Amino acid sequence: MAQSTRQPQATAIARAESPPADRSGLKNALMIVGIIAILLILWEGAKWFAAINNYAIALGPLHIDLTLLNNTQLPHLADIIASLSEPAQRNGPPLWQMLLESVAFTFYSAFLGFVIGGIFGFALAVLFAHVSSLQRGMMPFVVASQTVPILAIAPMIVVWMGRVGDVTLAVPLIAAYLTFFPVTIYTLRGLTSMPPTALELMETYAATTREIFFKLRLPNALPHIFTALKLASTASIVGAIIGELPSGIQSGLGIAILNFSRYYNQSPSRLWASILVAGLAGILFFSLIALIERLVVRWRPVESK
Amino acid sequence: MTPVISISNLNKTFRAQDGTVVNALDDINLEVEQGEFVSLIGPSGCGKSTLLRVIADLIQPTSGTVLVNGKPAEQARKDRDYGFVFQSATLYDWRTVIKNVQLPLEIMKYPKAERDRRAREMLDLVELTEFEDKYPFQLSGGMQQRVSIARALAFQPGILLMDEPFGALDEMTRERMNNELLRIWANLKNMTVIFVTHSITEAVYLSSRVVVMTPRPGRIFELIDVSLPRPRGSGTRDMDDYFRLTSRVRHALRGTTPAANDAPVRNEAIE
Repeated sequence: MAQSTRQPQATAIARAESPPADRSGLKNALMIVGIIAILLILWEGAKWFAAINNYAIALGPLHIDLTLLNNTQLPHLADIIASLSEPAQRNGPPLWQMLLESVAFTFYSAFLGFVIGGIFGFALAVLFAHVSSLQRGMMPFVVASQTVPILAIAPMIVVWMGRVGDVTLAVPLIAAYLTFFPVTIYTLRGLTSMPPTALELMETYAATTREIFFKLRLPNALPHIFTALKLASTASIVGAIIGELPSGIQSGLGIAILNFSRYYNQSPSRLWASILVAGLAGILFFSLIALIERLVVRWRPVESK
Repeated sequence: MTPVISISNLNKTFRAQDGTVVNALDDINLEVEQGEFVSLIGPSGCGKSTLLRVIADLIQPTSGTVLVNGKPAEQARKDRDYGFVFQSATLYDWRTVIKNVQLPLEIMKYPKAERDRRAREMLDLVELTEFEDKYPFQLSGGMQQRVSIARALAFQPGILLMDEPFGALDEMTRERMNNELLRIWANLKNMTVIFVTHSITEAVYLSSRVVVMTPRPGRIFELIDVSLPRPRGSGTRDMDDYFRLTSRVRHALRGTTPAANDAPVRNEAIE
């Protein structure tokens, strides 16, 4: 009797396990391609609509200025792509090569900041999880640290690092400043939010604090930590780009964006190309973390957000 | 022989949110001998789960003493004298079935080979051998609870404390789990079980003794010996004694005693 009831369960489980993952991957890919196609159509469609109306339309008494959509304000997508192969400076390398060097430099700072901020944020969460008085006392400052604009903090870090010895450390530290916060918040939640019985079970084994940490709190926190790291990955790139602006360093995506924005009226497509590259770098970093998450967190029925 | 569990003059009061004092357990006295299967039954709020948690040293009593294997409850917990099964299976999501069963063995520093051997033995006992590499989310509720029983028994404790372990299961699964539990208990000679439930039929079917509790304040109303023959099976549920005992427990829960001429009445047509 037991055997006959167990068999269908086993097959039901086997069925639930296998194929849907692959198909949802394909579905996602199609979705992304579709969204990109729609954005391209909207972009070029708006420009085309503005052009045939001579960049102004009248809606009854309302006159709407559409010069925003002309070629010097919003370049054609083809022009943005084309600008990548033209030299960024006279007799210089083509723009794509220059942007590739910039993004590599910035990505390195971002990654360094991501690691520093990740370790610091994690350590803070572990401390808070075990010493609740420290959590109550310090959490307001942690929150306050993120309400201060990074544009105000960044120059200070540059000056301090200059005094201490190495200005090149300033950019990773600014990236770390933006990174540690989500890691602390999510890790803390992961380390402490579990059913009370999960902790009671450990008590019945007379487990030590150390065993509870490694066998319960840490694995329980892993999905939360990956959510934090995905947020932190994009934040670290923003931090690195912004950090380059006051740093006095002459390379990096932030510097490229700053330079191209000065010459926006002559050549808007170069700034758009830099933005495109910055976005791609963020997507790449995010996807990398999501991939690692998928390899590590295997006990979930469906993919987490 | 000293009793496995000995509770005397036990009181537990809680302070509720609004400041009123709740008398969860009021002057509890109970002794449980080795090898007994004792059920604690009562309506919600009668303190049966609280009593179980006090025995497990998960809650501190306000006054009174609890001795487990002749030791204070705290020492018994530290000596890992009991296994505990919660109402929810409380498996760790990130561990496969076999790794969940091995959890107590890891903490108790059993060597790897011994952990593997014992976990396989326990999974065999609960008949889940072919699921050892599955994650908890891939199992049904009944299977999860069987894994949790295997985990509680993995280090061979002499006492099994169970807090409404089948309360969340449907009636059919629950009856099957009852039979499996009796089979396991019969296999492990001399294991003492304290079983919290709110099901009258479950309590009578499983137990050698039923402790009927009443709420506000949580007190022991009556101890009822269940002398139904073992091994028990589907035939047990058809016995007149079974009906007589369930009726007696039901009356005890209402605070009444069955009248002398209150013969067992069966609702179904009599064959």
